[in-house]
Amino acid sequence: MATTWTRFRRWTRSDSASGLLLVSPAALFALALLAVPLAAVVAFSFWSQDYLEIDRTFTWANYRAAVTEPIYRELMLRSVLISGAVTIATVVLAFPLAYFISFKVADRHKALWIFLVTIPFWTSYLIRAFLWKVILGFNGVLNTSLQTLGLIDEPLSFILYNPNAVVITLAHAFAPFAILPIFVSLERIDRSLLEAARDLGESRFGAFWRVTFPLALPGVVAAALIVFIPTIGDYVTPRLVGGPDGLMIANMIQTQFLRLNNAPMGATLAVIAMLVVSAISLVFVALSRRWSGPR
Amino acid sequence: MTLRVYAILYLVFLYAPIVLLPIFAFNDATVIAFPLSGFTTEWFRAIPETPALIRSVQTSLVVAVSSALLATLLGLCTARAGARYAFPGKRPVTGFIMLPLVLPEIIVAVALLVVLLALGLPLGPWTVVLGHTLLCTPFAVAILGSSFNNFDPALEEASYDLGESRWATFRLVTLPLVMPGIVSSLLISFTISLDEFIIAFFLTGTEPTLPVYLWGQLRFPQKIPVVMALGTILVALSVLLLSVAELFRRRGLARTGAKDTGGFV
Amino acid sequence: MSIISLSGVQKHFGDYHALRGIDLEIAGGEFFSLLGPSGCGKTTLLRVIAGFEDVSEGTVLLSGRDMEGVPANRRPTNMVFQSYAIFPHLSVAENVGFGLRRAAMSRGEKAAAVEEALGMVGLAGYGARKANALSGGQRQRVALARALILKPKVLLLDEPLSALDKKLREQMQAELRRLQRSVGITFILVTHDQEEALIMSDRIAVMFEGRIAQLADPQTLYRRPVSRQVAQFIGMMSFLPGRIAGAEVTVAGLGRASVEDDQCPAGRADGDVSVGIRPELLSLLAPGEDTDRQLAHGAVTERTYYGDMTYYDVALDGTDAEVTISMKNLPGRAVLERGDAARVAWDARSLVIFP
Repeated sequence: MATTWTRFRRWTRSDSASGLLLVSPAALFALALLAVPLAAVVAFSFWSQDYLEIDRTFTWANYRAAVTEPIYRELMLRSVLISGAVTIATVVLAFPLAYFISFKVADRHKALWIFLVTIPFWTSYLIRAFLWKVILGFNGVLNTSLQTLGLIDEPLSFILYNPNAVVITLAHAFAPFAILPIFVSLERIDRSLLEAARDLGESRFGAFWRVTFPLALPGVVAAALIVFIPTIGDYVTPRLVGGPDGLMIANMIQTQFLRLNNAPMGATLAVIAMLVVSAISLVFVALSRRWSGPR
Repeated sequence: MTLRVYAILYLVFLYAPIVLLPIFAFNDATVIAFPLSGFTTEWFRAIPETPALIRSVQTSLVVAVSSALLATLLGLCTARAGARYAFPGKRPVTGFIMLPLVLPEIIVAVALLVVLLALGLPLGPWTVVLGHTLLCTPFAVAILGSSFNNFDPALEEASYDLGESRWATFRLVTLPLVMPGIVSSLLISFTISLDEFIIAFFLTGTEPTLPVYLWGQLRFPQKIPVVMALGTILVALSVLLLSVAELFRRRGLARTGAKDTGGFV
Repeated sequence: MSIISLSGVQKHFGDYHALRGIDLEIAGGEFFSLLGPSGCGKTTLLRVIAGFEDVSEGTVLLSGRDMEGVPANRRPTNMVFQSYAIFPHLSVAENVGFGLRRAAMSRGEKAAAVEEALGMVGLAGYGARKANALSGGQRQRVALARALILKPKVLLLDEPLSALDKKLREQMQAELRRLQRSVGITFILVTHDQEEALIMSDRIAVMFEGRIAQLADPQTLYRRPVSRQVAQFIGMMSFLPGRIAGAEVTVAGLGRASVEDDQCPAGRADGDVSVGIRPELLSLLAPGEDTDRQLAHGAVTERTYYGDMTYYDVALDGTDAEVTISMKNLPGRAVLERGDAARVAWDARSLVIFP
């Protein structure tokens, strides 16, 4: 019979023990610097601040303010709408490219194409956003070029300092995020499935619609989430190209924390933003499951 | 054929801003607009003459190197645990470590700020390192995870079986096979940290990192050409580092004999 | 003395009970096989012996020494992995010499040992090759040389031939057997291929669901399986309902016969039984052919042609059960068609009785 001691010795050599030991540094790090801070943000959202003094009595006041004051409501709604528009634009634009790389590019060139697509993502986001301001501006690259070419007389003004500019800039910034998951799900499709569909009498388009697209759907869903979630909290792009009508919730959170010294209000807005993002994402995932699952 | 045209147009859209960067960095005018007025290297020469900029570059380098090392170390442990062992709570724990990948950065920044202020800790480069390590770790885990998944666990068992200890096995078998992934993880974490703005903006204190410094300069139109020059250098550096990272990734694949799938499948 | 002695070995993976009490003695110099379908625990048992898995209960003795707490790198066993686990970043010679790193030998002695090991597996002169440039069969030989160079007491082989094509596999089976005789080391082979186990082994343990169902030499295993499960896993066997009383058994469709004790490997008790018979131990008689063997009648329901053999399914008169009969395709032998009447010759000694 194994004694308690030999049982313990065996456990220390087991998968469980080795795995837990190895995962613990990163897990503890994330616990201290993510779980605890997130909990703190939630706690702050129920407190209040008077200049620099934090009052730790429980209050719903911040949430009441967030719901009743039009400025917060409007910013939240606008953030959701802009993120939604960015998500749709990015995913719709990305799908044909991912399809091209997966189905039309020779195997040995695929890695190169993916590399080409990802490079812009790794260059400074700040500078890229600023360059869009330069491109889209009143005296910007686009307008001056079009005027020099004689295509327009007056500079186009609908493309800077408004939500359109924010959508264009963010769609550019998040393009690789959308392409990669779609590409991965397309790559995993067994090519003989398409041949089977054709063999069973489907047209090229029919095979795409009834086989390729449903199988690529998980990638499309992942792409949509991976674009939607971070964009709703974007700060740089609205500030640089959004103008007063293009600001988003992150700009308000920053203002509350660093300008108005109202951390509890900032925390409340952050919590609400997280809740809204999670709720929309969950609904989206549930809908896509129902739609794509076996019927 | 139409798809190919679309793909090329898409690449033009992706690269448009990056291509414009060097054009204006060498343009002899303070206004960023066409037509171009002439060639100059004045803006590049102004870079070393701006002490605040040099300091911010130094801060950024220290932050990026530290974050890359820390994130790769944490990523190495996590990726190995994930690829080799079954342990209770594996999915939720690794999922939680990967969370910063999908969390809006502003939330991470705000959350860290709240705690640091509540604890009364002074902000500085090291607080940025903490934030960036948190942000880079998921990338390190993803890269190293694919390195570990690509190699046969029986290789390590073969080494134990032939009489080597765990540590010797790690040194003789595991490390050489995962090394390309480690290099690639270091380079990518370094690049992310070097470019990251929001977390640095919230946590930087009195010593700004380069992106935070640049952000401050964007308000002054006469400083823009210098920013363009610096941006050109940054982008060139990023592209160089990424190409090296890609090279190592491919060498790693060749070494383990795996099929090249672009590193994401 | 046994070189390996397992008693009461159990292994749990969480809720999964992979080994449910294994007792086993393996002698020095034996070629021993663990045979069973996938998931029967044979690979787990091999890994327990190698030291890659700890036992949950029970003891493992190697040369009489308790292996509790002794890790794989300190055990006198070496393994040939199913994937071969050839180190892709090392050359063939570096792979084969991997285990010699800490040996008290000069550089020259090590190189000579590597060359000798390569020669033993027919790869002399391949030392400088890159491991990635080898074919499947060559990788298998490198894995063998690498494990044998340390002169282990026991060599463990985890489905070493399953990745090879049929011709190469047959060639390697003969070669492995020859190699084992020449080095005299105990080989323990894990396989799901019954033919491979029968060809190569001195003794075979057939495993189902974490238990050893039968442990015997190949002939006994084939001729006298202890259960229908074992009988069906090894070769082909037809089963007929029967009834036993004393030494006499009445078999549906065949008739009466008296059976010896050895024909009841699972023990004899009066009552309903299942009677098994191998296809090659039955024969179909040509029209007009005489026999002094016992005779049964039926009709052919299916005929399958195998080149050297033809297999007939025959429905026997007076029962729902069918038997399968294999006949060598000799020149001039008549071929029966579906629906033809069949006369079946059989012997009492060919029957195996299962409770």
